[in-house]
Amino acid sequence: MSNYSEESILNYLGPYKGDASAVLRSLQLVQELLGYVPDSALDLVAKNCNVSRAEVYGVFTFYSDFRSTAPAKAVVKVCVAEACQASGCASLISELHDKGYDIHKGTVKADIQMEQTFCLGNCALGPAAMVNGKPIGRATSASILAAAKVAAK
Amino acid sequence: MIKVFVPLDSAALSMGADEVATAISERIGSQDVTVIRTGSRGMLWLEPLVEVETAAGRIGYANVSVDMVPELFVSDFLSGADHKSKIGLVQDHEFLKSQNRITFSRVGIIDPLSIADYESHGGLAGLRKALTMSATSIVEQVTESGLRGRGGAGFPAGIKWQTVLNTESDQKYICCNADEGDSGTFADRMLMEGDPFTLIEGMIIAGIAVGATKGLIYVRSEYPHAIDILNRAIAVAKEHKLLGESVLGSAFEFELEVRVGAGSYVCGEETAMLESLEGKRGMVRAKPPIPALVGLFGKPTVINNVMTLSAVPMILADGAAAYQALGDERSRGTQVFQLAGNIKQGGIVEVAFGVTLGELIDTYGGGTLTGRPVKTVQIGGPLGAYLGKDSWTVAMGYESLAQAGGMLGHGGIVVFDDTVNMAKQARFAMEFCAEESCGKCTPCRIGSTRGVEVIDRIVAGEEQSKNLELLEDLCEVMADGSLCAMGGLTPLPVRSALKLFPADFGIKSGVK
Repeated sequence: MSNYSEESILNYLGPYKGDASAVLRSLQLVQELLGYVPDSALDLVAKNCNVSRAEVYGVFTFYSDFRSTAPAKAVVKVCVAEACQASGCASLISELHDKGYDIHKGTVKADIQMEQTFCLGNCALGPAAMVNGKPIGRATSASILAAAKVAAK
Repeated sequence: MIKVFVPLDSAALSMGADEVATAISERIGSQDVTVIRTGSRGMLWLEPLVEVETAAGRIGYANVSVDMVPELFVSDFLSGADHKSKIGLVQDHEFLKSQNRITFSRVGIIDPLSIADYESHGGLAGLRKALTMSATSIVEQVTESGLRGRGGAGFPAGIKWQTVLNTESDQKYICCNADEGDSGTFADRMLMEGDPFTLIEGMIIAGIAVGATKGLIYVRSEYPHAIDILNRAIAVAKEHKLLGESVLGSAFEFELEVRVGAGSYVCGEETAMLESLEGKRGMVRAKPPIPALVGLFGKPTVINNVMTLSAVPMILADGAAAYQALGDERSRGTQVFQLAGNIKQGGIVEVAFGVTLGELIDTYGGGTLTGRPVKTVQIGGPLGAYLGKDSWTVAMGYESLAQAGGMLGHGGIVVFDDTVNMAKQARFAMEFCAEESCGKCTPCRIGSTRGVEVIDRIVAGEEQSKNLELLEDLCEVMADGSLCAMGGLTPLPVRSALKLFPADFGIKSGVK
């Protein structure tokens, strides 16, 4: 949160002041701004939405999108759901593992972070992956790493 | 002016459509050519599929790569000339010709953000008609069309709308469930990216019909492109007075907003979605009360899937009878099937209910991509049953599939070849449930973890008879005792895998 003061975050969350139904959107805004949700931001969201910190924490921990630490420059999501299983994501995952990335653990290496996800909606062109929001169809470990290296620059 | 069409659909982007569009634009030079971005035709194995408008119609060039662009120009593809990637008139393609595209009639054809394009292809006719009708007669049309919820439950849309219409309230809502989390499904995404005005029009009509002035579209965060296009489409719709205080100059008000999920599968369950829309943890609510009576912020709420709401404009425009005339038994109209997984020709097949599973997999899909025999298909997402070759003749419909032990769900079909191990798939179903359970009810929260353990013991050959009995007992508790479909339907893939392929679990014949 080094580049952002409490004040600037509260300012950013301004439209949701006093709105208890905006906890999820507030957390999303913080993550959009900082890339993650630092612990201190939970208090700010609670204060701004006028709910308890426990409620904010509950929402924060429920949704898998939220991060408590800053992500790497390139975030790779690799689909592990059924349609991609049927098109061979298991061997893709083990290839990535051999290259030092455990997608189940979210390994970070060389500014590249690899994570598993359940379905990217590209189920006819699996295995599917996404690098910083850019979709990759018929993904191979080479095509994923090539895109990730560009994104990590 | 020559028009060149390049898809902007995420699936096409995943195969390099953006780069191809840029490469084409860069080579145009001073020629009178314009590159138009469209949705995808749904022939995903041909992406990026570039089309050129000619006097005869739109000519397609399949699997175009950036490297191929210079030679396409040399071959004069701008006049529809021959090239090894040419597939001829796209509309005459074998895969499309026999489809009956209603909901998807414009996807892949029009510029998704052009209202002019939308109107010249039949858009807004349904809304204009609805504005001349009474609320009751709009709901009647939807009821008479036989339209049922395309999200999975198959509940008659008209009856849901009638309930909301009948309920007095100072505020009502239309919530579109676009949390398309089932693996093997992508129709919602493709429609939102390729023809968002159809969904917007359907939601406005729903609002007029039940007296709701506010609509929300809950889209999963895994769909950044769909979110972007929807937001832009809503801005365009506001500009054209489709949304706002006076819809197309009428006395009706309708506001629409996109809300983004945060990576939770269970938020596709309607009550969990409502909680999430209220900014809370996506914990399932007990029903009753149903959301049609007590929904978002306690107000009467219509919750429909993207495909359900997107069928509405055509039903209004062409009349309920036209839609009702299509289909099979109690499944009326068309279903947008999605062919996924290990399939040679994956994509969108919109046809009337009644098509057989075999036709979908073999005729449309062309069998597996690997060329190996199909072992099984899973229909309806992670909570759907696995079916074997003996189900190939099953006519696709809500009841007929249920009779065959399956579930239509959102119409996604994932194909597996003979290398799949079904014990692994059954284990994954339990694992997925454990991962994504909201945790509110015990059968789902704990049953799923116990399910993984019991399956492991069966596969390891530990006291197989005893553990099989335990697994069956567990499945029964989950199916009957869970609050929602997450825990309630997880036994479906598990039981079907076990029944069809006991050998994969290491079960010797003789063990029950």
